[in-house]
Amino acid sequence: MTDKLKVEALSAWFGNNPALYDINIAMPEKSVTAIIGPSGCGKSTFVRCLNRLHEEVPGASSRGIVLLDGEDVYSPGVDPVLLRRRMGMIFQKPNPFPTMSIAQNVVAGILLERRMSKSEVEESAEKYLKLAALWDEVKDKLHKPGMSLSGGQQQRLCIARALAVEPEVLLADEPASALDPISTAKVEELFMDLKERYTIIVVTHNMQQAARISDKTAFFLTGKLVEYDATAKIFTNPSRKETEDYVTGRFG
Amino acid sequence: MNGGGLGYGRRKLTGHVMMAGSLVAACIAVALLFWIIGYVFIKGIHGINLDFFTELPTPVGVEGGGLANAIVGSIIVVGMAALMAVPVGVAAAVYLSEYGRGLFASSVRFVADVLAGVPAIVAGIVAYALVVSRMGRFSAFSGSVALAILMLPIIIRSSEEIFKTVPNTLREASLALGIPRWRTVIKVVLRTASGGLVTGIMLAVARVGGEAAPLLFTAFSNSFWSLRPDQPMATLPVQLFNYAISPYDDWHEKAWAAALVLIFMVLMLNIAAKMYAHRRPGR
Repeated sequence: MTDKLKVEALSAWFGNNPALYDINIAMPEKSVTAIIGPSGCGKSTFVRCLNRLHEEVPGASSRGIVLLDGEDVYSPGVDPVLLRRRMGMIFQKPNPFPTMSIAQNVVAGILLERRMSKSEVEESAEKYLKLAALWDEVKDKLHKPGMSLSGGQQQRLCIARALAVEPEVLLADEPASALDPISTAKVEELFMDLKERYTIIVVTHNMQQAARISDKTAFFLTGKLVEYDATAKIFTNPSRKETEDYVTGRFG
Repeated sequence: MNGGGLGYGRRKLTGHVMMAGSLVAACIAVALLFWIIGYVFIKGIHGINLDFFTELPTPVGVEGGGLANAIVGSIIVVGMAALMAVPVGVAAAVYLSEYGRGLFASSVRFVADVLAGVPAIVAGIVAYALVVSRMGRFSAFSGSVALAILMLPIIIRSSEEIFKTVPNTLREASLALGIPRWRTVIKVVLRTASGGLVTGIMLAVARVGGEAAPLLFTAFSNSFWSLRPDQPMATLPVQLFNYAISPYDDWHEKAWAAALVLIFMVLMLNIAAKMYAHRRPGR
């Protein structure tokens, strides 16, 4: 399998405080990679460096190489706005746009490129809501506010919104940590389906979740990548002591 | 647990005394407001009739007449002021909340705060120097400039506060969709904040709508119909002032009526602002 993303010597800072030290990692195409580690270990910062959202934080900076299909996303010619359209992102807390309806939320990213007629909006909304396994629950209320949905539905709405810009990579930053177990199961199931089309990177605090859905797992600790291997190996026979302590719940 | 004892009793007493004190203070504030409104209502209601809203002022000694030109004039002068101050104020607030960092942004904030404390009459003097003395005559436009100077800091600070209430996660959601920052500001920040934004603007309009001092030597006054911004224009507060300092009883009655209309208009704007703020769903 070819590597969709390859990260070389990536370091990141908030002001003068380092958040990531010299990360080297490669994610194969059409697979799920889980990023685990205790709070504050740099997991979120790492995925936010991939789509260059990290640099939008005042004072934040990074250095290193992130190759997407072999091209460095940090090279001067790359427009971060266009890059982000190739990498969808899902956040910890569902964040639908409060002024928009369900359908408008789904197409929010598409509307940037072109105007859409009402029927086009509905068509697109249907397509991506189906992809996000939310269609059946909302098909009768597409024009209700996105905020009227439950937390789990809002999160799938946000996934539909991210899918609608037709990205190649999906970055999910603890996508289920604010959801109840049933919604979590739905989101996990969805990721299992989506990995046939997308390269998915999931940050998670939930090790069972990492074990359930990912092909490979990376363990981060205090800004460093401790171990990166096949998920089965990480959870059953890790090579590093810190990894074993973490996955067996001895710290973190 | 020993909740009794001298310490608890004293704390409780102090608490009650303080509470009673703040309650009395609150009552005084509210009573003053109602006293003003009530007094103006009683004094002004006789002067209110259809003519007041449709007729021009009459010369001294001539019965009847109204303040139609001043009512329309106030709307025009304040409206032009809003046209100048709102775009600049909102844009400056966007800069402060979305882009501004470091020394320059904090200086802008500081200047806006100082500007907010500038006495209204000083804004009038500035407008006089900037517009009136160059044009060589009083004009509605110069009055609008004076009011715009007063509105600007209010709009900047209230808008910035409103923009700050838009959760950062929404900006990030938008940026992560590949929506550029300028568009994120328009489509997400401004739209999400629109309720509070409009409220802030209405309150700023209400605040300057009652100003007479800066208009005395800018928009001046006019006894006739005039819709031309380059000519002197009657406004309610200035007309009120002129009538109030006159020695004629029927003009005094008109002054009270004008005060009542002015209070009513400001009150309506405040109520509309409150209603608009609570109208937005999902917030």
